[in-house]
Formats: sequence, structure tokens, C-alpha cells
Amino acid sequence: MAASSVEREILIEASPEVVWGVITEPKQIGCWFSDDAELEARAGADGTLTWRPGGRGGDKEFDAIVPIRVVEAEPFRRFTFRWNHPQGAEPNASNSALVEFSLVEEAGGTRLRVLESGIDAVTHDEQSSSRYLEEHERGWGKHLGELLDYLASNPGGAAR
Amino acid sequence: MTITAVAEDDALWVAVADPTRRRVLDALLERGEATTTTLAQSLPVTRQAVAKHLVVLDRVGLVAGRRRGREVRYTVRPERLDDAAEAMARVAAQWDRRLARIKRLAESLQAAAETDL
Repeated sequence: MAASSVEREILIEASPEVVWGVITEPKQIGCWFSDDAELEARAGADGTLTWRPGGRGGDKEFDAIVPIRVVEAEPFRRFTFRWNHPQGAEPNASNSALVEFSLVEEAGGTRLRVLESGIDAVTHDEQSSSRYLEEHERGWGKHLGELLDYLASNPGGAAR
Repeated sequence: MTITAVAEDDALWVAVADPTRRRVLDALLERGEATTTTLAQSLPVTRQAVAKHLVVLDRVGLVAGRRRGREVRYTVRPERLDDAAEAMARVAAQWDRRLARIKRLAESLQAAAETDL
């Protein structure tokens, strides 16, 4: 299944060791991602990310608890996980999105890249999945990245 | 959940994800108003193909057609295009925000570690 994806990167003036800690330690994850995180940076480890009402996720009424499964954890270099699969389900390409962090040491710091793919796998519920598959055949998924680029090159939106 | 919010309007995504339809939209934005025939003249596709794409765009409200005598004149509905652009940009913007927070955290930790030495 072709996957929709988003890729972003940033240069951080800190060592890969420090950046690694920020993206893998639950206490730190709670400072940039979810409001709370239970996670172990070990391949195959299952954890949860929690967004609380009034927290980083906005004005939700209830806690949003999102499952996360670590796929790869290669210290200071690569950290990948699947998330957004149904609670209790085995995460795979059709029910979860894959997030891949890569860390590359550069003069003056660390280049951190993030690639999230399979976004389309988690943006459709059961009811719409057949319609989704039909739409997917027409290929919107594989054009998503291209479209994001298109939008990025039109600051403020193409309509203005 | 942040990611699921992106799919609020699947049909809208489908409509703008097609490269030819984006060119049709662009051409229409440039002209302000155009017929199927005039659009086809400026695009490397047939009049029939343009008509088909306009139907899809019309269905999701990205364009509106107005009959004038024997021809239909199309215009872009910018408010809908903004909806689509927002939805598309949301996922990328979320990661940009997260990366910016990671950067701030890591750099302050790095600075603190260096002061301790």
C-alpha cells in the first residue's frame, strides 16, 4: 500500500546524545509531544501517549490515549515507532502510521529528520474504509506529499 | 486526536490531490472565471478531461459553475480551497511545532550540560 507521508527536518545545536534523550525519554516526550508518555526506547516495546483536556492537544473533554509501538531504537541514530493503531491491536501498515526519526551529527549540532508515513491508514474509520480503498486506488495517498510541497510553495494558501 | 482531524473531509482531499485538478484550479485562479473550453486551451488535456475534473471540483464545492447562455462559467470558491489547504498543511505544521519544541529542549539541555563542565 502506497503511503501518504510528511517529511520535516531541523538543525539542532546539541549533540545527538542530547537530542536522542529528548525524543526517547518519557519525561522529555511529555515536553514536546503528548502531555504524558509511557514508553521504553526498545524495539518491540508497547507504550502510550496521553493528551489531557486543556493540554497540548487542545480542548478535549477526555483524555486521549494513543498506543505506540517502538519499531527500531538505535541509540543516537534512529528511532522509529508506529502509533494510532486501535488499542490492543497489532500495529501494521494498514492500521497505524509510522514515524521515523533519524539523527545525523553535523558541525554545530544534530540534523533531526522526521518522516511520518501511512497517515492515510489512520485517517479513516471502519465505515469509510471501503470508500477509502476506492479513493486510494485513484492515488490520493501517493500525491499527498506532493500536495504538501505544492502548498508549502504557496505561502498563505493558493487562494490568496 | 491530531492526525484523525486531517480526514475531516476526505472528498476534499481526493479532489485536490490530483495533479491535473490542481492545474485546473491554478488556471481558474489565474483567470478568475473561465469556461471548460478556455481552460482546455491552456492545459495539456482534452476538453472532456477538463469537464470531468470540474465536475469533481464542483461536487466538493471548490468551484462553482454559472450558466450564461450556452456556456457554463466556472469560478474558484476560495473559502473551500482554504479549507483544503489548511487540512493539508496541518500534519506538516504539527511536526514543525514538535521539532521546534525538541530543538528548544535539546539546546537548553546542551547549554546546561556545558555550564556544568
